[in-house]
Amino acid sequence: MLEAIGCIVRRDLLLALRRRSDAATALLFFVIVASLFPLGVGAEPNLLRSIAPGVIWVAALLSSMLSLARLFAADHADGTLEQILLGAAPLGAVAAAKTFAHWLISGFPMVLIAPLLALQYDLAPSLYGVLALSLLLGTPVLSLIGAIGAALTLGLRGGGVLLSLLVLPLYVPVLIMGAGSVEMASAGLGGQGLLLLLGALLVAAAALAPWGIAAALRISTE
Amino acid sequence: MLEAASIDCERGGRVLFRGLSFGLRPGELLRIAGANGQGKTSLLRILCGLLTPAAGEVRWDGERISSLREEYSRRLVYIGHAPGVKDELSAAENLSITCTLAGMPAPASSIAQALERFGIPAATFLKRLSQGQRRRAALARLALSESIPLWLLDEPLAALDAAAASLMESLISGQVARGGMVVYTTHQETHVGGRILDLDARHA
Repeated sequence: MLEAIGCIVRRDLLLALRRRSDAATALLFFVIVASLFPLGVGAEPNLLRSIAPGVIWVAALLSSMLSLARLFAADHADGTLEQILLGAAPLGAVAAAKTFAHWLISGFPMVLIAPLLALQYDLAPSLYGVLALSLLLGTPVLSLIGAIGAALTLGLRGGGVLLSLLVLPLYVPVLIMGAGSVEMASAGLGGQGLLLLLGALLVAAAALAPWGIAAALRISTE
Repeated sequence: MLEAASIDCERGGRVLFRGLSFGLRPGELLRIAGANGQGKTSLLRILCGLLTPAAGEVRWDGERISSLREEYSRRLVYIGHAPGVKDELSAAENLSITCTLAGMPAPASSIAQALERFGIPAATFLKRLSQGQRRRAALARLALSESIPLWLLDEPLAALDAAAASLMESLISGQVARGGMVVYTTHQETHVGGRILDLDARHA
């Protein structure tokens, strides 16, 4: 089973490396959306400081949506998904591996680049750590929940829009806790409480979502 | 042994076949015949567990395949319509990944050997190959699947040239001679033969 998990992660990373534009698009989208707000709302430092966590988190949410549509679509089109479904390892484990690879490609770069984007909002340097940590805990949850939606909408016409309608409402708790933890930390209340909740959400999603993804894949490939 | 017990298949509200039953013992070869749209591919997908039949069940050694899941998929190779290979990977990478996922990782030397038998250069990226060559790169997996009892092949001879087709035929005969089972569909003339399950006749 571990062999299959390692194989899937390596395969998806290799594919992303050979097709860099896909991963780069989602990351650039994140950077651009987060950079448009300071230009749009003006250079009022207090306003920017207060909207920073929310805006960066919403941008991360949208960027994660953007890359999700492709999570299973390419494998579905060339028939490799069928071979994955007929693999020797439990489908849940393989689904978890695919989602982890997706997060490494699309979520993790956002964690790294978010503090840089926070500069544009004049966010206090002491909050960079909380922002990055909230994204580190939150973006895998986005990938896990989103992967269920991506598996369900596989092969549907207009699946991308349907995927957003299906998944974005489910992202709300992650958004509230993620952005909230940074806001609480900036108000001096300490963001640990919400970060811990976010961590708990991650553990729950990591335990349950893979089986949901597996079931959804079986339904949509019939 | 593989058993299909009165399976029904419906696709998009249309009944493709009803009450289909047959058994396949080790060393048997079954050819599914029928015109386009009669449900040959659907039947193969039901047999490998990708598709749930509308009624009835498929059993492997007396147990339902839906409860065996991976236990069953480990015992079969399914080659479908789509070649199941990645354009961005080389032929060797593709084959090595497919084998690892199927639970029988193969050393680089035997992968190179299998590809050579099918005349595919191991280091070439699949996007540089023609449709027929891609198909061969996918079928090369069969050369490494001799220990797997059940082969389900959807149009294995399609898009192949004469040399590759005769290699495929010898692989299929070899599998049957070893006591393996093969279920396949084809529209090509072939010498492999085997028992015929005609889906057209069931409709008439």
